[in-house]
Amino acid sequence: MIKKILSSNPLIMLIFSAVVLSAPIWLTPLGANYPDLLQKFAIFGIFAIGYNILFGLTGYLSFGHATFLGIGSYTAVWSFKLLTMNILPAIILAMIVSGVFALVIGYLSLRRSGIYFSILTLAFAQMAYSLAYSVFTPITNGETGLQLSQQDPRVLDAMAGIAVTDGIPSTNLFGTLIKSMDGYFGFYVAAVMLIIAFYISLKIFRSPFGMKLRAIKSNQTRMKYTGFNTRPYLLTAFVISGMYAGLAGGLLASIDPLAGAERMQWTASGEVVLMTILGGVGTLIGPMLGATIIKYFENIFSALNDSELHNIFDFLPAGMQEFMVTVVSPFVGEGWHLTLGLVFMIVVIFLPGGIMQGLNNLFGFIKRLFGLGGSSSSAADTVSKGEAS
Amino acid sequence: MDAILIQILNGLDKGGAYALIALGLTLTFGTLGVVNFAHGALFMMGAFCAVLFNKILTISKKVKDESITFFDAYKETPYLEIWWGDTGTAIIDYSVPLSIFFAIPVMLLVGVIMERGLIKHFYKREHADQILVTFGLAIVIQEIIRHFFGANPIPTPAPEIVSGSAAVGAFFGLNENLVYPWWRLIYLAFSLSIIAAVFAFLKFTTFGMVVRAGMADRETVELLGINVQKRFTVVFGIATVVAGLAGVMYAPILPPDYHMGMDFLVLSFVVVVVGGMGSLGGAVLAGFMLGLLQSFASMNEVKAILPGIDQIIIYLVAVVILLVRPRGLMGREGVFED
Repeated sequence: MIKKILSSNPLIMLIFSAVVLSAPIWLTPLGANYPDLLQKFAIFGIFAIGYNILFGLTGYLSFGHATFLGIGSYTAVWSFKLLTMNILPAIILAMIVSGVFALVIGYLSLRRSGIYFSILTLAFAQMAYSLAYSVFTPITNGETGLQLSQQDPRVLDAMAGIAVTDGIPSTNLFGTLIKSMDGYFGFYVAAVMLIIAFYISLKIFRSPFGMKLRAIKSNQTRMKYTGFNTRPYLLTAFVISGMYAGLAGGLLASIDPLAGAERMQWTASGEVVLMTILGGVGTLIGPMLGATIIKYFENIFSALNDSELHNIFDFLPAGMQEFMVTVVSPFVGEGWHLTLGLVFMIVVIFLPGGIMQGLNNLFGFIKRLFGLGGSSSSAADTVSKGEAS
Repeated sequence: MDAILIQILNGLDKGGAYALIALGLTLTFGTLGVVNFAHGALFMMGAFCAVLFNKILTISKKVKDESITFFDAYKETPYLEIWWGDTGTAIIDYSVPLSIFFAIPVMLLVGVIMERGLIKHFYKREHADQILVTFGLAIVIQEIIRHFFGANPIPTPAPEIVSGSAAVGAFFGLNENLVYPWWRLIYLAFSLSIIAAVFAFLKFTTFGMVVRAGMADRETVELLGINVQKRFTVVFGIATVVAGLAGVMYAPILPPDYHMGMDFLVLSFVVVVVGGMGSLGGAVLAGFMLGLLQSFASMNEVKAILPGIDQIIIYLVAVVILLVRPRGLMGREGVFED
């Protein structure tokens, strides 16, 4: 009974919303209460949640999802240039355009499965990246990246009588500037988007559609033998996750109206894979957790340098301190990617289910330790535990 | 005509590198059934073997510079020059070709450690897991290299005697002024001979025969009481060495930096897929074919008709081949089709 209540949609959404919206409060002691960082948490959370709908549910490993993020960014910036500085049309357009691209790329790529699918998405992503740098320069502005300028037409703004007086206008949501409240407004916009995105993902996970996707993952051949055409379902999942990436890209552009091709590089696609794996593939909350953790430690670790390390190990005796600094310094600052790579390898080797599996094991262990019995570990359990932690 | 000859040479040259990397990748697929995303990093490690060997040879000591008489001037002189004079200088000059002998044991060791330490545990896991763990390994190798050698490309010159250009125009009876760098021609010859060596090894030795039999039907070979696994580990080592050698010899063409592996990895995966997974001949053929296609696509005449084609031609070919001929040019049935 309690379990049923704990795993009900409204309660999960309530807890999730509370945790996300109160993030500025409970992240303060962790030293992560900057609007910039909070926005990144929310945006990459959306990206990872969307990616998880494809990879987590169907098992199709796409190495080209950053393409849709990049397309979303470009679309949003063009919307700022041509239509209005309001972010709502920009985000909607970003989702639509990246959805269309996902439809085309997905339709072609999903004709193959397994590693062939991965290579196909990789090939499309590399094509998009190279073209954004070369032929599409009129649209993407090449290496400089797409930027706003004062002379942009902004048709809707002009119709509404909003004139640009000086400098480059800022993005807004119906008049409230995204940068207002020291940037926290931007975070709350992204957070609301994140909550909506999470709700949709929750709905998908618990719908017959989600069940079908999982069935495809576990045994596609059997699905086909039962007379079930899997392709449309896979394509839908691909387009949905592409639109999530577009949304994330649109939000990135809304907060900082800039779009560059480096967002589409295949290492950027690799990053979202890392987030999803680290958090836990196929779990509801895992990808969000992975995105937050990676962005958090990226922020902390990459900022550390030797003198700060000396401060951290100040409590040790002098010789020990030197030793610790020497040992740790290759892993922080510029070497942060080394830490990321190592952690990622360890997770894939020992904990294929990511952090969520680790937490599950931990709770199971505690339960057994206190003899509470019942070692169930359903998906719903996982969700509530993830949020509680 | 001149331009075409140059493009053919360019293409063969690039194709040689692609073919070598793709050959190693295919060997890994075909034998162990593992998708190795760290293969590009091995290529990069090979290039850094050349850099490291050069560094070792030029370990120097400060010596008084006799040519300056006004004041005490010191210059760095490598120990080799001090000990052996001109012979030492010559050895340093030839550091890149000599580092082949340094790279072979190093890469073999790396390969065997990698297979026994990591890849072994991933035979039974999904391909997605294999891709992910080797992707992580590639990041780790890359970052370690960056930690020790820095982020900037390190110029590694070829020996003095071949740093010039060959008069290929005169040789083919074309324009006298048509020249092509010697080292690139050497690279082409080198890659061809390595490919030939690998094929000969697989074709004409008993070891190679067992490996080929194991690739075709592992279970039966094992039932005959042959330890297939041990041989496949060696094959993985060979694949590592091939990638490493491709990197060593490529160092004078492209100054090695820590992410050159990633750039080549994506391309060589495409090469493997175009050639057909698990087909060695296919990988070599596709490597040269894609190299040629790429260099012809970068001709100005072609670019005028199809702008940007040089950037995407390889991926375009890969997409078309995968969609039209899913097994690639020479792929076998049932490889990676789950």
